Amino acid sequence: MESASIPARPSRRRSQVVGEFISKYGLIALLLVLPVAYGIQDLQDTGNLARLATNVKDGLSNGAIWAMIALGYTLVYGIIELINFAHGDLFMLGSFMAYSLIGTLGLTVGGGTAGLALGLILILVLAMIGCGLLNAMIERVAYRPLRAAPKLAPLITAIGFSFILQNTGLLWLGGSHQGVPDLIGSQDVLFTILGVPVTHGDLLALFVTAPLVVLLVNFINRSRIGRAMRATAQDPQAARLMGINVDTTISFTFVLGGLMAGAAGLVYALYQTDVWFYSGFTAGLISFTAAVMGGIGNLKGAVLGGLIIGIIQQISDNRIGTEWTPAIVFAYLVLILVFRPQGLLGEETREAG
Amino acid sequence: MSALANRLQQGKRVPVLGKVDGSKLLAIALIVFALVLPFFYDSGSGFIEDCTVALVYVVMALGLNIVVGFAGLLDLGYVAFYAIGAYTMGWFASSFFSTRDIHIGVAEQLQSQPGIHINWLIVVFIAAIFTASAGALLGFPTLRLRGDYIAIVTLAFGEIIGRIAVNSDEGVFGIGTFNLTNGRAGITPVDKIDIPVVDRFTTLDLRPWYWTALGMALVVVFINVRLRDSRIGRAWIAVREDEVAAVSMGIPTVRVKLLAYAMGAAMGGAAGTFFGSFYNTVNADQFEFSFSIFVLAMIILGGLGSIWGVIAGAISLSFINTRLIPDVLNSVPSKIGLDFDLTELGFGIFGFLLVIMMVLRPQGLIPERRRKAELTGEVHADDGLLEVQAP
Repeated sequence: MESASIPARPSRRRSQVVGEFISKYGLIALLLVLPVAYGIQDLQDTGNLARLATNVKDGLSNGAIWAMIALGYTLVYGIIELINFAHGDLFMLGSFMAYSLIGTLGLTVGGGTAGLALGLILILVLAMIGCGLLNAMIERVAYRPLRAAPKLAPLITAIGFSFILQNTGLLWLGGSHQGVPDLIGSQDVLFTILGVPVTHGDLLALFVTAPLVVLLVNFINRSRIGRAMRATAQDPQAARLMGINVDTTISFTFVLGGLMAGAAGLVYALYQTDVWFYSGFTAGLISFTAAVMGGIGNLKGAVLGGLIIGIIQQISDNRIGTEWTPAIVFAYLVLILVFRPQGLLGEETREAG
Repeated sequence: MSALANRLQQGKRVPVLGKVDGSKLLAIALIVFALVLPFFYDSGSGFIEDCTVALVYVVMALGLNIVVGFAGLLDLGYVAFYAIGAYTMGWFASSFFSTRDIHIGVAEQLQSQPGIHINWLIVVFIAAIFTASAGALLGFPTLRLRGDYIAIVTLAFGEIIGRIAVNSDEGVFGIGTFNLTNGRAGITPVDKIDIPVVDRFTTLDLRPWYWTALGMALVVVFINVRLRDSRIGRAWIAVREDEVAAVSMGIPTVRVKLLAYAMGAAMGGAAGTFFGSFYNTVNADQFEFSFSIFVLAMIILGGLGSIWGVIAGAISLSFINTRLIPDVLNSVPSKIGLDFDLTELGFGIFGFLLVIMMVLRPQGLIPERRRKAELTGEVHADDGLLEVQAP
């Protein structure tokens, strides 16, 4: 036996090493393809990288929104290993809530800055709570009864709920795009660094996302409920034996995911000044790609993945054409799942390994 | 477990004699009924049209059932194969590529027209080969993955194909200027199905279309039954139930899974060619994600893995879509004082159906015996009875 396996061993190791190398750096190389290619093109055409840098900046702002949605995917996947397919549509409903509340509160550009800020903060809180409760409700109705069922069952109900939410949006505001009043002047340039214009929208994305993400990560790492969530994620049975109410913990995870989706909804509505019932589907898939790219179940990974996918999306929007962006993002999704299903930061999950 | 196995075996052995006769008789009765059905309706009636559509959906649902029901690989991108099949019909049986001049086995009226015109009977096989290859291609990246990751990869694949369909009227991915799909305008007109000996198909007389669809459905049902009861069918079920155990029993999972994808895809492609000709257009708006879910809802409604259940699911959902929602239910919202168009909400209704089915009756309307046992954890005493009722 031993003599037979000796000659085989080195060659297998070498192929393993090559495989690991591809798995480790292939994804990073893949992610660099678009920026590097267009960076070289820019240098040849104009001699500077201002256009690429603007793309990256816009991408980061968009990516902040994707990151918030991706956190919802990754939280839920981390705890019950379910791709919450309805999450993108939950985000869409969040943007609808923001749109409607702006109308209800009668916020206009003409009003004072203080009133506007106060109103927007109120809307942020309301949209977050609305989405959080809705997400917990979906969990209660569609996922909890199926906890013992085969794993594909809750995924199918998630798809079902995705359509239900989408049609709720369709009933609510109709099939056409709705323009959101440009309350913050999202495209107004605040200042310019190195040829990159920074707009109000960019700052909004930064100032809403960063505190929320820091708060969330700290909450999960430090608080009692956060510890219960991590324990449930590791082993629900053991967590239950330790006196953790697993069902409540899972519900709470959905609430947290919903809160982030609601916040993302408001930022999206203000940043894009446009809401549409179908936006949730694409946004959901892009954010899911982000969550997988970072390593699903990994909070920091979701944020990193969101920002990266935002940049890729923006470069593709700007250079290749908006109509091709989803196809390119999905191609990335397939490639990531094939070559590095554990993502950039994540550990190997049982499913992907 | 052994008690379960015993009961399953007993359940299988006892009603065998009665079951075979009963189900065969019922099947023959149903086929005869389906064959003569058009004679009771006007040859161009909407009912015959809806029946034809339902039969093509049966073909599609049975194809998806191989992948999802037999092999247990959740495929959310089935629309891709419909698209590839339909475009194959569009490319090879229309005047779309007007600079080419190829005619194979088509009627004289078409001989003078420019473009590629190949008889549908040949195009079906070309499409089956195309889609089977695409299915195997889709299968490759999913081989290492399991469960919900497969669902997402297939969904992404379906979306990529959909995007290519919408945007490839001028180059693919912004490269080149070749018009591959004609985008939302679509490829139209598409040649009518042309079967030797029979008169030419027209839009006025829908009976030949119906019988062609019925023929396709019967062939696919036959293939499905034979596959299910074959070595490969048992291998699919083994992979579905426990992949690790299947591998250790010597089942070549790679080949078995790719074969499932290829078989399922080929049926979707064949149905796609029919729809291309029947609707007389192949355009990108037909190939949306919701279509994949529509077909998935059929097999979930009927019962994953159960051939008869899937047929029932496909026919009933098809009629819900073409009849019940637009004709019957559409007046309901205005009656109760609400103002909206229910046809727009078709997919919300199907989504609701998916949730309800999964929560209340995950085994479907006519469950497959094995899956029912798996889902309920026991075998009911009336199992044999159920088998007699359902052919």
